Order: sequence, then structure tokens, then C-alpha cells
Amino acid sequence: MIQLLNGLVNGMILALVASGLTLIFGIMDVVNFAHGELYMLGAYVGTTVLAAGGSFWLALGVASVTIFCLGAAIQLVTLRPLLGRDPLATILATFGLSLVLQNYALWQYGPVARKIQEPFTGHFRIFQLEYPWYRIIIAVLSAAIMLALWLFLKRATWGIWIRATAQDRTMAAAMGIPVPLVHTAVFSLGGAMAAASGVLYGPLVGVDQTLGPGIILRAFIVVVVGGMGNLGGSVLAAVFISLLESFASLWMSPAQAVIVSFVLLIVTLLFRPTGLFVPTPK
Amino acid sequence: MARRSGYWIGFFLVLGALGAAPLVLPEFWRRFVTEILIWGLLAMSSDILIGYTGVVSFGHSAFFGLGMYGAAFGLLRFRPNLWLALAFGLLAAATVAAFVAYFSTRLRDIYFSICTLVFSQIFYVIIFTWTEVTGGENGLVFRQPPLSVPGWQRAFTPATLHWFVLSIVTLTYLALRQVTRSPFGMVLQAIRENESRTMAIGYDVKRYKIVAVMLSGLCAGLAGILYAVQNRFVAPNFVFFDVSGEVVIFNVLGGMGTLVGPVLGAAVFFLLREGLSRYFTEYYLIPVGMIFMLTVIFLPQGLLGFLRRQLNQ
Repeated sequence: MIQLLNGLVNGMILALVASGLTLIFGIMDVVNFAHGELYMLGAYVGTTVLAAGGSFWLALGVASVTIFCLGAAIQLVTLRPLLGRDPLATILATFGLSLVLQNYALWQYGPVARKIQEPFTGHFRIFQLEYPWYRIIIAVLSAAIMLALWLFLKRATWGIWIRATAQDRTMAAAMGIPVPLVHTAVFSLGGAMAAASGVLYGPLVGVDQTLGPGIILRAFIVVVVGGMGNLGGSVLAAVFISLLESFASLWMSPAQAVIVSFVLLIVTLLFRPTGLFVPTPK
Repeated sequence: MARRSGYWIGFFLVLGALGAAPLVLPEFWRRFVTEILIWGLLAMSSDILIGYTGVVSFGHSAFFGLGMYGAAFGLLRFRPNLWLALAFGLLAAATVAAFVAYFSTRLRDIYFSICTLVFSQIFYVIIFTWTEVTGGENGLVFRQPPLSVPGWQRAFTPATLHWFVLSIVTLTYLALRQVTRSPFGMVLQAIRENESRTMAIGYDVKRYKIVAVMLSGLCAGLAGILYAVQNRFVAPNFVFFDVSGEVVIFNVLGGMGTLVGPVLGAAVFFLLREGLSRYFTEYYLIPVGMIFMLTVIFLPQGLLGFLRRQLNQ
């Protein structure tokens, strides 16, 4: 039962990271290898704000805004010059970026893991076991952020622009939508979501510079299993995979439980390469 | 005709310089050059995929690592014989390569990359957790096998080890060069240029890709064996993603699709690392990563491609 709850909570965080990744892919055709590093840097900015005496919520806000700005800068400097080039070039560029950011974090913050103090320490009893409230709050908050994103894409002018750009870049540009600006905004937005999840998840795992590679692989799996560029599919896939890993860790060590999701990914790629939760194209 | 003889003059000049290296260089640099040759071989193997077939493998560490572990297994469980290590390493790498090739070649573009990446992580987890056979996190330590031919046997000195590595790398290079110029290599390049059209012409693209991945994996395994023999230990770190990433960096820095370029890229990378470590200590990847990104944006052909174009003008 605890496994079920843990799986759900991990799944929501993973969904938050993966939805940023899939958003960026869906709109820009960019596979962002540096996404995990944005997540990690977000968590680090959070620790800095907390160390300066700020509250947890302030840390969450500051981290998101900082990474939003960083994302915009990164997109302008590295990805915009590559627009229209081979997709390979963007993969390589973001891979280089992840190296730089990861080692920057190591240099700036040192190799010792930092802790984010959780804002709630209360527990509640469920099935004879103590379960921390904070985990439930994480899941709810992640869901709220994703709901907000969905509403934003559905209703706001910018959201409509983003969806239009995803459908047909040339046509969108012809209709007067500032496509390059939309790209920058989407990259920043994805980054900010990663940063928010970094701060939210920080209290559970501790923050160090290896966070990025750890989450990025799982986020990739989620995005592929859910269908590249498919927001709803990613959320479902994230929860599904986390539940699977959570239950698998009953029988094997957590390190080996990862293999379960790897195998799921490969099976998906072989039989439903467009994603598990996408209707088969006719 | 003049171009071709120019190529061979260059080839023998470089070969001669590399062959003379252990006689004139001090201990540290001698080792350095040997190591660059081994990493260069690994980079060259990955170039078959990145540069010629047009698919990026982010999982070359799996082939490299399995070559290493295969060699170590042969040396520890059977006899400390160089050729036995070679056979075991190649067998291990080939098995893994066949497995990965079968699945990954069904996919295209980024999906291929993710698939190879995931496979390499699977092997990493297996090696990391299967402590009885692989030594887990600590890896395995063994004695260096002597250089032997039937009826003659001598322990490796740094110089003979260097020549041994050099000869294997050179032979592999010549073989791969021949392969890339063969009709088979031409089909691979056709796949890189336009996969759908190649399929439409009637080539069985998947089969060609499988062979390309296997060839590449085999050469990567060879590099792993050489590295294991040189350093007398194997560790799970070499199966981790970092190694695969570095291989991609070598290719991009040096120039994809040239075979020599990746070796040059490996040399540049390690020289940069040595040079920059003085100022940035262990954070040398910050400037290296920036140089890498600048190369991607401004020199998509890599260093060798850039030099070649400058020379042609």
C-alpha cells in the first residue's frame, strides 16, 4: 500500500519534469539533454534561498523564475542559431550544455549533497503506517502546476500561439505569431517547471550535482512511453512507470528496479513507437 | 592520382611519428599517446554509426565495457593469455552488439539514441549489481598478460605495449577505411543521406544497419580489451554513460564521417583536459563543454573538416 502511495508521489514529480521535456520537444523538435540539469540547478537555487533565510515557498518561486530566465538565455545563445539545422545538432548542443551546467554546479556548490528542509513535518496514519503529509502535498502541487499548464495552453493567448506553432511553424509565422519568441518562451517554461519539481522533490532526496543524469533518463523513458509531445500521455506514463518501479522494488533492489522501466521502454519502442497512450495511427 | 599518393605520404608520416613516440617521449607522455590511440579506436568505431550511417549511438560504453569485462573474465578464469583475452573480449562485445543491434535498428533518429543509451544503462546496472562475477563497484584487478606468439613470450614494456596498440589501431583503421569505401559503406552513407529513398531503391536498410552496429560494437570492444590490458583493471565506471558521452564529443570535435577525425578529436580532448586541469582542476568539463558547443554551432564539420576546407581553398 505504501508502494502505491510512493509510486503515485514519485510519478507526479516525474510527470512534472517530463511534461516540460515533452512540451519542448513537441513545439521545438528539440530533445533537451540539459533538462535534468535545469531540474538540478532549480533545486540548488532553492537551497541558496533557504540558506539566506527565505521560506520554502519563496525558494520555490525564486528557483522557478531564475531558471525561467536562464532558460531564455540558453535558448537565445545556443538553440536559436541552430534553428533549421539537423536535429542532431540540437541534441549535441544540449548535451554539451548539460556538461557545462553539471560541472558548474559541482564547482559552485561542491560535491556534498545539500538538504532542503521540508515545510511540513507532520505525519498521518494509514494502514498502520506513518506517512508524511509533505509527500501528499508534493503530488497535489505537481498536479496543480500541470493543470495550470494545461489551462494556459488551452485558454491564454500565448497558449494558443504555442499550440499553433506546434501544429505548423510556417503557417503560424504567416499568421503573425512571433514564432522565435514562442520558442524561447516554451524553453523557459519547460525549464521553470523542471526547477519547480527540483525544489519540490529536494526534501526527499537531497540535492547534489548527479540529480540531473538520474532524472533525465527516466524522464526520457516517460516521454517516449507516453508519446513524444503528448502532455496527457506523459503524465499517465510517469505515474504508470513510477508505480511499476515502486512495486518492483518489493522484489529487488531499487537499482535493479530501474531495469523494469528500461524493459518497458524497449517493448514500447518495438511495438508502439509512437507511445503507449496514443491511438494507433491509421 | 597525386591526391592518393599525398594521402599515403601523410599516412606513413603520422604512423612513423606515432611509432617513434615511445622512443623519444618521457614516461608520462608515452602513456598519454598510447591511451589516446585506444580512445581514438573507440571514437573511430562510433564514427561508423555517427558519421557514416547517420545515427548517434549514446551507448558505446556498453560495447567498450563488455570488451573490457570479457577480457578480464578470460584472464582471471582461464589462462593469462593475451589472445585468449582478445577472443573473450570480442565475443562478449559481439554478443552485446548483436543484441543491441537487433532492437535498436528498428528505430530511427532520437529513438535510436535513447534505445542505445538505455541498453548501456541496463548493462551498467547488471555489472554494478552482479558482484560475484563482475566485482561490483570495485571492478576486477588482474595481471597483465605477456605478449606472446606460439613458441615466444615476453612481458610487455611500455614501448612494446605502445607498438602493439598502434599496430592494432592501424590495422583496424585500414580495415574500416576499406569498409567505408566498399559498396557496403556506400549504402550506409546512402542511409545517412536519405533513409526512405535508400529503402525505396530496394536495399534492406535494417539489415545494413544491424551489420553497421555490430561492426561498430566489435571495434569498440577491441578498444575496451586494449584498455583493460594496458591498465590491468576493469571497473563499472567504464560502462557508465559518461564514456558514451565522451565518445560523441571526440567525434564532434574531430569531425564526423572521416575516421581520422575522431582520433584527432580524442587527442584534442585529452590535451584540453591536461591543459585546462591546471586552471580549472576537476571542473575542466566547463570550458570543454563550451568549446564543444561552439564546435557544434560554428564548425559542424569538426576540426578536420574545417582544416580540410581551408586547405582546399
